[in-house]
Amino acid sequence: MQPDAAATANAHPPTELAAGVTKAVPIMLGYVVLAMAFGVLAREAGLTISETIAMSVIVFAGASQFIAAGMFAAAMSPAAIIMTTFLVNLRHILMSAALAPHLRGLRFHSYALLGWGVTDETFALNSTEYGRQPRHHWFMYGTNFAAYASWITGTIIGAFFGSLVPGIEQLPLGFALPAMFICLLVMQLSDRLLLYAAVLAGGLSLLLGQLLEGNWNIILATVLTATAASGWEKWKSSG
Amino acid sequence: MEKLWIIAAMGAATYLPRALPLAVLARMRIPEGFIRWLRFVPVAVLAALLAPELLLRGGAFDLTIRNQHLLAAVPCFLVAVKTKNLPLTVGVGLAAAILLQAVMP
Repeated sequence: MQPDAAATANAHPPTELAAGVTKAVPIMLGYVVLAMAFGVLAREAGLTISETIAMSVIVFAGASQFIAAGMFAAAMSPAAIIMTTFLVNLRHILMSAALAPHLRGLRFHSYALLGWGVTDETFALNSTEYGRQPRHHWFMYGTNFAAYASWITGTIIGAFFGSLVPGIEQLPLGFALPAMFICLLVMQLSDRLLLYAAVLAGGLSLLLGQLLEGNWNIILATVLTATAASGWEKWKSSG
Repeated sequence: MEKLWIIAAMGAATYLPRALPLAVLARMRIPEGFIRWLRFVPVAVLAALLAPELLLRGGAFDLTIRNQHLLAAVPCFLVAVKTKNLPLTVGVGLAAAILLQAVMP
C-alpha cells in the first residue's frame, strides 16, 4: 500500500514519464475541447487574449475558470472572484491528501511540482494507477503535465481561433471526461465496501447539491462517506 | 493589468490546497486510521463528481431519455465493467454522445 522511494527506485524515469503521458491521452482529448470552449467564452466575457491564456497557465482549474470568466464579465469584486475560486477548488485538498501515501520520500520540489497538476481528472487516473501497482513519481509528472499542456493548448486555440470554427465546442467531445471517470471508478471498485461507498457518496453528493452552494456537496459527500466507510471497516474488524 | 493580479491570486488560491496536503503528509508518518480513511477518498470523490454530472440536467433531476449524458453513460458502464479498458470506454462514450446528439439534438 505504501511504496517508498526505494521500492520504485529502479523504475526508469523516462519510461514512466512516457507511460504517464500515454495514459493521459483521454484527459488531453477532453481538456483540449473544454479549454477551447473556455477560450471562446473568456474572450466573449471581455478578457483579452493574454488574460485568457494567463488564466489557464496560472490557475489550471476548469470549472472555476468558467465561473471566473462570468464573474469578470459581470464586473464582480476581486475578493468575490478570488474567494469563489478558492471554494470551488478546495475539494482538491482531499485528492492531494489521498495521493500522499503513494509518493513517499521525495524531495520538496517534487511535491511542489506534482501538486500543481492535481485536478479531478489527473487524480482519478493517478489514484487508480498508483492503487494498482507501485509507480515512480515520474509517471505522475507525465499525466499531470500532459494534462496541463493540453489545457493551455486548447485555451490558445479557443482564444485565437474559436470564432473561426463555430460550433466546435457544441460537439459533445467533453463527454470524454465523464466517460473516463466511469471507467476509473469501475476499476477502483475492488471490494464490496468500496462499491457501497461509491453509491453512498453519489447519493450524498446529489442530495447535498440541492441544499448547498458551490462545490461543498463534493467535499462533504467525500468526507462523510470516507468517515462512514472507514468507521464501518474498523468496527467490523474489531468485532 | 488589474485582472492579472486577480488571476495570480486565483492561481495561489487554487494551488495551495492542491500542493500543501501532499507536501506535508507525504513527508510525515500518517496515522493508520487516516490511511484507512484516505483509502475511500478516490472512489467517493469520483462518485460524488459523477452522480450530478449524469443525473442532473440544468440543475434538476432528469432520469428521462432526454438526458443524453445518462444515456451515453450506460454503454460506458457496460464496457468499463466488462473490459476495464480506459481508451475503449472513452471511445464508446464519445461515440455514444455524438450519436445521441445527432439523433436527438
